[in-house]
Amino acid sequence: MDKFDKLTGVAAPMNMINIDTDMIIPKNFLKTIKRSGLGKNLFDEMRYDRDGNENPDFVLNKAAYRNSKIIVAGDNFGCGSSREHAPWALLDFGIRCVISTSFADIFYNNCFKNGILPIKVSKEDLDNLMDDAERGANATLSIDLEAQTIEGPDGGTVSFEIDAFKKHLLLNGLDDVGLTLQKEDKVNSYEEKQNASQPWLAGASA
Amino acid sequence: MSSPKTLFDKIWENHLVDVQDDGTCLLYIDRHLVHEVTSPQAFEGLKNAGRKVRRPDLTLAVPDHNVPTTDRTKVIENEEGRIQVETLQKNCKEFGVPLFDLQDIRQGVVHIIGPEQGFTLPGTTTVCGDSHTATHGAFGSLAFGIGTSEVEHVLATQTLLQSPLKNMRITVEGALPEACTAKDLVLALIGKIGTAGGTGYVIEFTGQAIRDLSMEGRMTVCNMTIEGGARAGLIAPDQTTYDYLMGRPMSPKAGAWEQAVEFWKTLPSDEGAVYDKEVTLDVSEIVPQVTWGTSPEDVAPITGNVPNPADFADPGKQDAAQASLDYMGLEAGMAMQDVIIDTVFIGSCTNGRIEDIRAAAEVAKGRKVADGVRALVVPGSGLVKEQAEEEGLDLILIESGFEWRDPGCSMCLAMNDDRLEPGQRCASTSNRNFKGRQGYGGRTHLVSPAMAAAAAVNGHLTDVRDL
Repeated sequence: MDKFDKLTGVAAPMNMINIDTDMIIPKNFLKTIKRSGLGKNLFDEMRYDRDGNENPDFVLNKAAYRNSKIIVAGDNFGCGSSREHAPWALLDFGIRCVISTSFADIFYNNCFKNGILPIKVSKEDLDNLMDDAERGANATLSIDLEAQTIEGPDGGTVSFEIDAFKKHLLLNGLDDVGLTLQKEDKVNSYEEKQNASQPWLAGASA
Repeated sequence: MSSPKTLFDKIWENHLVDVQDDGTCLLYIDRHLVHEVTSPQAFEGLKNAGRKVRRPDLTLAVPDHNVPTTDRTKVIENEEGRIQVETLQKNCKEFGVPLFDLQDIRQGVVHIIGPEQGFTLPGTTTVCGDSHTATHGAFGSLAFGIGTSEVEHVLATQTLLQSPLKNMRITVEGALPEACTAKDLVLALIGKIGTAGGTGYVIEFTGQAIRDLSMEGRMTVCNMTIEGGARAGLIAPDQTTYDYLMGRPMSPKAGAWEQAVEFWKTLPSDEGAVYDKEVTLDVSEIVPQVTWGTSPEDVAPITGNVPNPADFADPGKQDAAQASLDYMGLEAGMAMQDVIIDTVFIGSCTNGRIEDIRAAAEVAKGRKVADGVRALVVPGSGLVKEQAEEEGLDLILIESGFEWRDPGCSMCLAMNDDRLEPGQRCASTSNRNFKGRQGYGGRTHLVSPAMAAAAAVNGHLTDVRDL
């Protein structure tokens, strides 16, 4: 996983609430057995017509936003299906950061496993950032994860909160499976204890 | 004496392997369900790192999303779907994970088979790479959906890194009126709290209306907790739970059973336990519910009308409602019962259990599916199908003009060949009415099984009480 420390880029405005993971990557692209290659189908049903032609009104098809690295979106981003294909598609397109007033829990967690930073801001800050994003390629946002700030094109700064451990994983691009495996002794002793107290749990599907 | 605890607190504390200085918890996972869509990249990750599955005996795999619901003996025609199912078969073999394969009568929708086998148990943690894992909370199991990276983490370590969730209690009072079901209850609830109402919470459902539900009904309620934004719903185990579980193939065996029940009886929330948020809903006056828009919070009573977007207070919601009406091809103010449908889908992890098939058959009996309506009944598992056939429900439904299919996720998300064409409109017992969910350009109205059958018979959304 790539580290995330600083990011400067064009932010695409998506002023809609409840952008669900079915919109981010529709089910016909879930049949893959790989993580890569989903970027071309990001927001597929909004981005293309039935014949595969680009919809010129969709934000990521506009010249200013074709290389967006950030999305600024309305409330409850990433709701619905748990599909990690959603962050994979965002990442494959080049999106490393999503800013919203709130995120669905599963999507939020999935972002951190893929080097994407989801940032929660207040409604007021979101409105300002949405205005910045509407200004297109001339208006880039700069994210500094260490400092927990978003800097707008006019130099204004918004601070954001983030869980310390999640921040640590992102800043260092760490694989948490490897970290957990270092705690194998604790898992072993938990299992011993549980086998004694709830012996009916082991061997269920064996 | 320690302070009073909620059901969630008890399960959480029982599963702590480690707590980091920053509060991040390493949580032990007792039950891991796996399906073909969200697991291939997880197994690939294990392979690349030379890791194995730590506890295959706590893991159960099944193909469900891509599987055809007609003739099982044929190969899956869609190449990518076939490869995904074959990849699951190969991975299960290589890593020693138990699999209910396509020809196995126990195959079915992943959230139907866990409870059916007694794999899902009270007081456990259950995960799956699927948001509707919330279903298993009906048993008092802390059950939630995870992403594929987390699937890999559980396969390798049998644990998950999690931050504690907040407690919400939803007390559902009153007795459900005639013809109203668990589906109507949960739709009414989501209409009330919204699709982000439960974000960050685990919702514990209590109250007389919940106690009165069967396990099937409780699963329907917990299943749709995720549509209210909460990763998990919980219902404390009681005699209804024990009666359902006793004698299931993977339930505790005689001897261990008594010990298990004794433990399960300690799980319900203590008197005086504190919740971060409380919601109360009285269902004694509700009528059957339907959705009109493209978010599960877009709920109306069947006796009501399509709302006017201008009537919403929030500008974001006004825009969303207008976009929904445009997509759904509906006019503000029209009666819900005037909405003409051409497709009916009865099935899914929300409503694919035996009670649901019975409810549909009861409405269908002696009636015919309206001309021009395609109506599918897709049992949730091979065992549900078998039982329905033993009860003769298949014959009633076929006689009425319904198609009787093999088990799978089917038209809930249309990853197999069961899908809507652009502009088609479906009364569906599934859980999501998102744009394109049941097929590109397809329009979905979420309803209960009885309401779906009533719509099939009349060719439009119908108040089942009027039949």
